[in-house]
Parts: sequence; C-alpha cells; structure tokens
Amino acid sequence: MGRAKLPRKSTFIDMTAMCDIAFLLLSFFILTTKFKPAEAIAVTTPSSVASKIAPGKDFVLITIDKDGKVFLTIDDEQKREVVANTLNTTRNLGINVPAFKKAGFIGASFSGLNSFLAIAEENRKGDQLPGIPCKDSTNNELITWMQVVKEAHAGAKMDLLLKGDNVSKYPSFKNVIVAFKKNDLLKFQMVTNPENAPVGSELYKKSMAGDGEDN
Amino acid sequence: MAELDTSGGGHKKGPGVKKGKKLSTRVDLTPMVDLGFLLITFFIFTTTMSQPTAFKLFLPDDKVIPEDQNKAKESGVLTIMMGADNHIYYYEGQLKPDGSNFLSASYNGENSIREIILKKKADVRSRSRDAENPEKDFVVVIKPSANCNYQNVVDILDEMAINVVKKYALVDISEGEAQLVSVSDKSSQSPTSN
Repeated sequence: MGRAKLPRKSTFIDMTAMCDIAFLLLSFFILTTKFKPAEAIAVTTPSSVASKIAPGKDFVLITIDKDGKVFLTIDDEQKREVVANTLNTTRNLGINVPAFKKAGFIGASFSGLNSFLAIAEENRKGDQLPGIPCKDSTNNELITWMQVVKEAHAGAKMDLLLKGDNVSKYPSFKNVIVAFKKNDLLKFQMVTNPENAPVGSELYKKSMAGDGEDN
Repeated sequence: MAELDTSGGGHKKGPGVKKGKKLSTRVDLTPMVDLGFLLITFFIFTTTMSQPTAFKLFLPDDKVIPEDQNKAKESGVLTIMMGADNHIYYYEGQLKPDGSNFLSASYNGENSIREIILKKKADVRSRSRDAENPEKDFVVVIKPSANCNYQNVVDILDEMAINVVKKYALVDISEGEAQLVSVSDKSSQSPTSN
C-alpha cells in the first residue's frame, strides 16, 4: 500500500524556442534598420513643433546648404525624364537624359549641367558643386527649373519641400521663395527636426486638450 | 538556470555499483536567450527615429491687386525683425519716425519674443469688441533682414505655431528698418533695448 506516485516532472524549460524568437527579432531589427545614407549635401535642419512627417515620395525638394547654394531633387524618375526632355527641347541644352534620370540631385547652372552630369554620382558632393544659380533676380535659374518641374507634375500631386541649413542666410531662402512665387507655387513645406511644444505654451495646451490639429 | 535537480538521490542501483555519469546532450540556452534579448533592447534603445517633419507655409500671392488685400489694423500689428547673430527686434503698430518703439527681444530666456507675442495677443484680445473672434485683428509681420539665417526664420515661424497666431506674414524688410536693424546689431553686444 503506497501512495499514488506522482510522476516527477522535469522543470527544465526548453529554451530553444525562446532563443529562436530572440534571434529572429534581433536579425529582423538589424536587417530592417536603414542606416542614414551618407548625404551628398550636408544640411542641418532647424527644429520645429510641426508633427507632420515629411512626405517620403513624389516630392520635389529644394535644398539650401550652409553656403546658401541651392540644389534640386526630384523624387520621381519619370518626372525627371520629362523635365530633362522639356529642357532639351525648350532650351536646347542637350542634356544626357539617362544620366539626368539617374542623378539624385541637380546642382549646377544650365550651362554647367552636362559637366555636372559627367561627374560620377558618388563624387558629387554638395560643397564642391556650384549649385543652381538663383542669387539675384536677373539670373534666377530656379524660376525656370520650378516652371519645368511644375509642368512635369501637372495633374499629379506634388509635394514641394524646402530643406534649409540652420546657418544659411535669409537672402538665399528668399530667392527660393521668389522662384516659387513666380510659378504660383504658393504652398510648400519646410523640412525640420521634430521638437515638442514647450510646456505651458498655447500649442501645448491645445495638444493636451486633444485638439490634434496639423500645423 | 531553467533546470532544477529533480532526481531524488541516486539510489537506483544497489550500493557499490559504480555508474558512469550520463552526460546530457541538452545545452542550456538560457544565457543565449539573455544575450539575444539584451542585444534587442540595446538596438531598440540606441535607434533614433529620425523621421524629419515638415511644416506648411503658405505664401501670399503678389499678383493680387492691393484693393483685395487684407488690411490690418495698426493697433493689432506686431512687427518682428531678425538681425545678425540671433538678434531680434520688434515694434508694435507703426514704426515711429524717431524709432522710439523699436525694441529688442531675444529668442528665449529673458524678454523672449514669446512673451511679447503673448502680451500683444492678450492686449488685442482685451481691446477687441468682437466676441466671436477676439483675435481677428492680431497680425504678426515677420521681416527677416539680409543678415539673419534660415534657423531664425524657422524659429519665428515656429513661434507662430507655438503661440497659435492665426495671421502672420513674411514680408520684405524696408530700407529704413534694415538700416535700423544693422545699426542695432552693431551697437548691441548684449541685446537690450536701444
């Protein structure tokens, strides 16, 4: 007569599955992390309380670097082709269309565009390039650029972005705005780093009250 | 360890029977799991979400005929001018010929532009007789001088968002104001009223 013997259960927990999960997650995070691409144009953007994420595709981006040089980026490759073809026909520039299509950004005057495109992509560094001339109103090539870009985007959505460096001077910003205005592009977005609204300010109270209004 | 010793003594065989110890082929994976999760936490915490944001700016149309443009009431206007080296100046209403209402402020800290905007806003609101929209007449005019930088402009535009200023305009600085700003920039090392 003995008591019913309970089978001794091992307390060993199989860690293999958990280990699998841990490393799966680890590899997932590592592989999905996108490293910040080395930017050809070094720009430190100011911060603002705007909470809207900058659009990631189909944008037209104007970059102002710290010396006030202006660069143009057209996100959509098809649009780039249209722009190149339009410029070739209207201004007879003889742009190398495939090279233009591949170019990540434009940073030269119309006359220097072909020699700019001849430089290998990885060697195009913002600080060595002349930028699009728009220093004064008589030779503001950005006006022409924006006009062509606007035509290329006719009927399609176009997010106009402006990314300026903290220390770039106001006149270069103003010249860009002039180019926008000349083409009736009256809405644009400025790329900034996110920042929280200062505690106690009106915007802060507003967002606390749940009035999520985009600014 | 994820394993407890559950073998109750080792007395299955009789005494004196020597037994070669059976080695388990099971590897304890606990430290490896620890390491895995440690790395995950490390990567998650060190990753910065650097999604740039964008704020909208609407430009006024220059081609609008002057009669159609909005006229601002003088009493509700605050003009902010940005000079070199993060100097900032403002005046209320119209600039007096002797420049006595041309004052200087700072971006933050004492006498900050935020306080001035809020003060002016409260002032306009208290004088307003329009119960529905008491801030109707409040307009901030932003005049960046040629020497200020892009950050200053964005900071001021951001200040409009922070203080919920509904009406503001980015306007070219006039000759006289530009001179006043550059003179004040030179004379003031520490921005105080002049």
